Amino acid sequence: MISYWAIVSARFRSLLQYRSAALAGLVTQVVWGMIRVMIFQAFYSSTKSDQPISGSDVETYIWLGQAFLAALPWNIDSDLRSLIRSGGIGYELIRPVDLYSYWLSRALSWRTAPMLMRAIPLLIFAFVVMDMATPVSLAAAAAFFASMCAAIVLSSAITTFLNVTMLWTITGDGVTQMTFGMVLIFSGMLVPLPLYPDWSQPIINAMPFRGLVDTPYRLYLGHIPVSEFPQHFAHQLAWIAAFVIAGRIALSMALRRVVVQGG
Amino acid sequence: MLLDSLFVYRRFLAVSLRAQMQYKASFLMQLGGRLIITAGEFMAILVLFDRFDTLLGWNVYQVAFIYGLVNISFAVADAMTTGFDMFGDMVKTGDFDRLLTRPRSTALQLAGQELTLRRISRLTPGLVALTWAATNIDLNWSLGNVGLLVFSVTGGASLFAGLIVLQATLAFWTTETLEIMNTLTYGGVETTQYPINIYRSWFRNFFTFGIPLATVSYFPALAIMGVSDPLGTPLWFQYAAPAIGIAFLVASLQVWRIGVRHYLSTGS
Repeated sequence: MISYWAIVSARFRSLLQYRSAALAGLVTQVVWGMIRVMIFQAFYSSTKSDQPISGSDVETYIWLGQAFLAALPWNIDSDLRSLIRSGGIGYELIRPVDLYSYWLSRALSWRTAPMLMRAIPLLIFAFVVMDMATPVSLAAAAAFFASMCAAIVLSSAITTFLNVTMLWTITGDGVTQMTFGMVLIFSGMLVPLPLYPDWSQPIINAMPFRGLVDTPYRLYLGHIPVSEFPQHFAHQLAWIAAFVIAGRIALSMALRRVVVQGG
Repeated sequence: MLLDSLFVYRRFLAVSLRAQMQYKASFLMQLGGRLIITAGEFMAILVLFDRFDTLLGWNVYQVAFIYGLVNISFAVADAMTTGFDMFGDMVKTGDFDRLLTRPRSTALQLAGQELTLRRISRLTPGLVALTWAATNIDLNWSLGNVGLLVFSVTGGASLFAGLIVLQATLAFWTTETLEIMNTLTYGGVETTQYPINIYRSWFRNFFTFGIPLATVSYFPALAIMGVSDPLGTPLWFQYAAPAIGIAFLVASLQVWRIGVRHYLSTGS
């Protein structure tokens, strides 16, 4: 366990070095958030009928989405990619740790460090300048925190699964882009999930992606009452388990036939 | 000279396409992924109109038309300027020196660097949206309208290409491509795929007078659809506006030339 913790913290510290990239990302996401808020405000001011989620809730939802954007499984570990390309993967195989747990630990810091660097200043900005709402209650805040942690683990498990597919495809770009497309649409990043047509709700609810965005944010807003937290949290945990098992199986299958490139 | 340039450009592209087709499975997956992402944005518009019926008086077809116009322009620009995207790395490694030794303009060589097929996938949702919108609005396909449509796409592609060139030009001084400029290109696409009058005035003014993206999308689209502008611009302006996009590209290429003159190689 200590070795995995060392992996997480070493990687975490190296990722915190990229501060100018974080600043650029911050500005981009502030602008992006403002564009999206204005679009939704225009839609909400065009109607008087009741919507499944209120306009001010959508604004907070959008700012949370911008703050935690970097926690989504949107790319693969480029260091691992060059290891696979160069044949350095051979060294990974002789480490005295379980390879899957090692890769998952890497993914956890890969999803957490850049996200934290962006989330904290962006949330401060959103609270101070954009009047973003705070969690509806202390219980909602706690539920949000637990659910957000699960979201990051889920994202890391998906990322690790994508990393494993690189052992087959070498580049991994195609699978990643397909997955990220699905994530954008079915997590709530593009349109908050309650606004999707009623007939599509059961399908979207069954999919894993709402656990990345929609579940924690709606707990924050009180749109999902705290009393329903257990079942939504269980949904997240179930999908984490599914991706971990799938990742482990895929990795052991890949290792049986791995060809180390390079000499 | 121009014909010769076009010929060379075509040769560059043919080579690049053949190279990409070597990795068919990866290529198809990337194409699929891109398609899902861009189609997702169009789907978002449909989902929102399903809930709200109207966007401050605009109907779904009118918004889809503007969305299509902007995305087609951007797709064309994006496909033609891939080399500029990778330009930051070329400056860092000193690879740009090689381009300077060849008897062609650097801008042409970079434009022909790589035509990534997956970028063309952005074209598909744009075309689908535009066609779907045009048939439902019952558009008048007069010569003037068709001409204005072609003019808008040309102006739009030029404007986006100009932005990408400017972004690359900055690398002459900073030796890395500034990601922050993506806010202007991608943010510009995101913004102008909705009618510009829905935004607050300072923001609208920025995309009309600062980075004039509205002049190649919103204004000509109004004239083509025969809708009078809630912002009150005259019809002649809506017809003439896309010219601003072309002027923008010409100006950007001038700045590029200044950059090339200032270029100090990092290579050894």
